[in-house]
Amino acid sequence: MGENERQAVLMSGNEACVEGALLAGINFFAGYPITPSTEIAEGLAERLPRHGGKFIQMEDEIASMAAVVGASLAGAKAMTATSGPGFSLKQENIGFAAMAEVPCVVVNVQRYGPSTGLPTSPAQGDIMQARWGTHGDHPMIALMPASVQESLTLTIEAFNLAEKFRTPVILLLDEVVGHMREGIVPPRKEEIMIKKRKKPTAPPEEYLPYRAEPDGVPPMANFGDGYRFHVTGLVHDETGFPRGRGSDGDYLVRRLTNKVKNHFVPMVEEYLTEDAEIAVVACGSVARSAKRAVNLGREQGIKVGLVRPISIWPFPEKAIKDLAGKVRAIVVPEMNLGQVALEVERCACGKAVVYRLNRIDAELITPDEILAKIQEVK
Amino acid sequence: MAVKELLDRYTRMEKLPHIWCPGCGHGIILGSVLRAIQRQNLEPDKTTIVSGIGCSSRAPGYMKFDTLHTTHGRALAFATGVKLARPELNVIVLSGDGDCAAIGGNHLIHAARRNINLTTVVFNNSIYGMTSGQYSPLTPHKRFATTAPYGNVDHPFDLCQLVIAAGATYVARGTAYHTQMLIDLIAKGIERKGFSFIEVVTQCPTYYGRKNKLGSAIDMLNWQKEHGVPVKAAAKLPPEKMEGKFVIGELHCTQRPEYVEEYQRIIDRMERE
Repeated sequence: MGENERQAVLMSGNEACVEGALLAGINFFAGYPITPSTEIAEGLAERLPRHGGKFIQMEDEIASMAAVVGASLAGAKAMTATSGPGFSLKQENIGFAAMAEVPCVVVNVQRYGPSTGLPTSPAQGDIMQARWGTHGDHPMIALMPASVQESLTLTIEAFNLAEKFRTPVILLLDEVVGHMREGIVPPRKEEIMIKKRKKPTAPPEEYLPYRAEPDGVPPMANFGDGYRFHVTGLVHDETGFPRGRGSDGDYLVRRLTNKVKNHFVPMVEEYLTEDAEIAVVACGSVARSAKRAVNLGREQGIKVGLVRPISIWPFPEKAIKDLAGKVRAIVVPEMNLGQVALEVERCACGKAVVYRLNRIDAELITPDEILAKIQEVK
Repeated sequence: MAVKELLDRYTRMEKLPHIWCPGCGHGIILGSVLRAIQRQNLEPDKTTIVSGIGCSSRAPGYMKFDTLHTTHGRALAFATGVKLARPELNVIVLSGDGDCAAIGGNHLIHAARRNINLTTVVFNNSIYGMTSGQYSPLTPHKRFATTAPYGNVDHPFDLCQLVIAAGATYVARGTAYHTQMLIDLIAKGIERKGFSFIEVVTQCPTYYGRKNKLGSAIDMLNWQKEHGVPVKAAAKLPPEKMEGKFVIGELHCTQRPEYVEEYQRIIDRMERE
């Protein structure tokens, strides 16, 4: 093999997430054991100290999320990983990170719920929780890989987006993607673009920790760098201090929402949609079955294509709106009772008929099932 | 150091006056924390103050350091992240009896178990003040609160004994009345490497005092003076003389490997391999 040829490596989605985090420059991880995400904590427990980073298994999920926010404020690139019940527990401190604008990555390897559910079985039931799990209006970025390779690349992207927007970013795997093994080609370090949080250029006495620049994002000092600033989950003004004013809340929560809404470019994969009359919209592992179904449909002469939201939040509204303008029908298969479908229906505005295909029996949705639905709506 | 110098150096003067009620003991504790910081000569740029939610947890807002006002009960978990990510920082946690002993109880136990180098000061006023007077895990049995209108059914626990059992290496109890002792206790807590814990018995005349007819703030401070018995004196008293009283001073001081240093040893070992 020539020196420039790459060797494929066999690994699981969870392991790829570990590799992606290390390539992104993670130096802090706090977690708590939970199936089916534990391999991420195990991998980083082993690897982080070898890179000079820190791993800690906290006493619970809430504490893990808190420690991640604390570490990020001290300058670390910090991540946690969890699954369903743990994701529920982390929500309050995810809201804190959104409010106080603390970059961090939260991996949720979705499992069957609600509650303890079926811990080792796949589901995609946390789509809406990823968006609205914490209370109050807030920005949210959530990415949903469909392959092991993408688990790696989107973990890097999650760190970059967290640093760019100063906000928590959720990496929404599903159990299939997390545990599936595939051969992947990890990128070389020099091929990766790493985004770092903006640092203040003002001297400490002039630093306003929450004064946003035109991109909506304020530069961020680290604790210990001499800026001596205040961080709170209370509504605060540009100085970072609360004044108990509704008008401050109006300004702040709109800014937080708009910094993502106005500057985030939704990520989608479109496959054979040019001439499509029918489209499938699917995410995560279900998109793999959907792609196969589209190929089978094409073999039968059906003009069918696939749109796969990679950033599930912010939802790729324009892509779906445009799609609805050119196809007759949209099939939305998902391993829940219809969460992505709600967004597709909203964006389609009645221009295309939206058909749901849902399974919640802890089994994958097969290409044949999706093909059957395509034939049914043809 | 004169008071003015202390205030200029360590407080955000523009944030004063503070939000605490007249007669509240929290200002005395804040002053003691600042004097202890000054005595230990901590570098302000390298000192981070972390708090949770409640009356006590508003203290960091007045302190000219990096300050982190977190979610209810979670100050120690946030502080653990700060300290582990940046060990050169002095990290001091300010919490209350509700914040630390109820919703944050689990984090307290585990911070003590890890013996992570944090100094925790708990402002124990026996009540949830911020929400107007509900009983906390440290409200005495039969005392009244808005959620204990017929007297508290619960019994409080001894937070100091709890953290000693959990593995803290420095544990002390002071009061808002015994200010010189309090400064000494907090200063030593900062000086000691490992998990240091200082419980401070303080007065909430507005809710706890009024609900239980304990008189003015002065009366409540006098109660602290009369009921807080220094460790040495307490050791000489028969149990019946200690009834209704509590021990103040240094309760526990020992040495045990500190968490962040132990983790750093692993990193160093990995680098050598």
